[in-house]
Amino acid sequence: MSETPKIRLRGLRKAFGEKQVLDGVDLEVRARHSMVLLGGSGSGKSVTVKCILGLIPPDEGVIEIDGQDVAKLSRRDRAALLDRTGMLFQNGALFDSLPVWENVCFKLLAQRRITRRAARDRAAEVLAQVGLAASVGDLSPAELSGGMQKRVALARAIAAQPDIIFFDEPTTGLDPIMGAVIDGLIVDCVERLGATAFSITHDMASARRIGDDAAMIHKGRIVWTGSAEALGHTGHPMVDQFANGSREGPIQMELRR
Amino acid sequence: MTRALDLLALIGRGAFATLATAGQVAIFALVGLSHLLRPPFHARQFWRHFAEIAYFSLPVVALTALFTGMVLALQSHTGFSRFGAETALPSLVVLSITRELGPVLAGLMVAGRIGAAMAAEIGTMRVTDQIDALTTLSTDPMRYLVVPRLLAGTLALPPLVLVADILGVLGGFLIATLQLGFVPQGYLDATWDVLETMDVVSGLVKAAVFGFLIALMGCWCGYTSRGGAQGVGQATTRAVVAASILILAFDYVLTAAFFKQ
Repeated sequence: MSETPKIRLRGLRKAFGEKQVLDGVDLEVRARHSMVLLGGSGSGKSVTVKCILGLIPPDEGVIEIDGQDVAKLSRRDRAALLDRTGMLFQNGALFDSLPVWENVCFKLLAQRRITRRAARDRAAEVLAQVGLAASVGDLSPAELSGGMQKRVALARAIAAQPDIIFFDEPTTGLDPIMGAVIDGLIVDCVERLGATAFSITHDMASARRIGDDAAMIHKGRIVWTGSAEALGHTGHPMVDQFANGSREGPIQMELRR
Repeated sequence: MTRALDLLALIGRGAFATLATAGQVAIFALVGLSHLLRPPFHARQFWRHFAEIAYFSLPVVALTALFTGMVLALQSHTGFSRFGAETALPSLVVLSITRELGPVLAGLMVAGRIGAAMAAEIGTMRVTDQIDALTTLSTDPMRYLVVPRLLAGTLALPPLVLVADILGVLGGFLIATLQLGFVPQGYLDATWDVLETMDVVSGLVKAAVFGFLIALMGCWCGYTSRGGAQGVGQATTRAVVAASILILAFDYVLTAAFFKQ
């Protein structure tokens, strides 16, 4: 008997006005595996993640986590579910008004699971895990470089030891070396926590580095799922065109003149 | 005929849109107020905003009140002297300041300073995903961002207005005694004789209401902002304009309620 998927999406649909962003998304994410969702800009990647996290209500469809339909959970159970997740936002989304150490331990402090003194120590520990010195904890997010902000955001995502972590374009805006560093940290952190990872990206190198499984979304539908290693030579014309960055193929850019 | 109907439709659409927005703001305020009664409370956030409003707005409010009191004394004396009613000056100054000018001017100053800052901060958080980040960190954005600001606005403005009242009256006193030839003790006696507790209390109640409205519009406009830097800029402008208009409208309503003949 196969293991229950950590996350299962069935017939997920979401429209914004006239635009149908998700048009029946079906996807399964295996527990303790890293799934990478690929797709072009505006294909529905971020909306899929926001629906799973409850930031946007879907119009139709079912979202199951550990076999439980999220929509049928009580408010308390849904909050408990959210407690077990972490999220790294595309631009970091660090809180400007707080120093780095408070950003890192925000969830633990907000839930009063830790004192402020202990939070400083915990922040130093987690910052070390993402390759940052404890002294960074006293800086404000505005004083950090893009790469450091991503590392702090990663530290914040893992500080409460979640068992599902979402990564939204983790390498966007970083140079290739820093991108590889962040990918390495993501792989390390996910392995150390034994967590399930769900990443969205259009960076092929990053997808191959951090993913076990991959799926491609196009015009709001999953058009392919398979191994992340196979990206670039899947035999699926749409995926191979996207992975190889080719202008010729079934995906045509919609240009506005 | 068609043009007239188009115009009517335009006015109708505008009226419905305004009503819809008013309803949304009212629901937003009620949700915020309902969270005031249930934990968790973010005391650190509350004190941060309370200090920002009550302490850091003090210079601008104090200077506004002082100069307003001085101008009021000067202008009133010019008018009263035409009718030989100069002795009414202390009464006019103290009643105008405590009942109206203290709360309204302090409210408008704080709306410009704090309402804009709240809208800009929350709006920036909205467009940079920080509000979504709060949710993913198991923190209700309404509780963390809105409730402390609403409470801080409501509680911080009354002490600020009390200071404005004192400085406004002091401004009038300085001009009256140093420039217009009033006897200091006589001016103070006339001020105390006319002043009633209700005059000060009504001003402080107005201040609390204005503080709530400033914070409400700052939070609402920031929370609903969209579209990057331009959206945040528009939210900031809307917050100040809406708060200023609401202050003036509620000033009338509260004045009518307190001093109904």
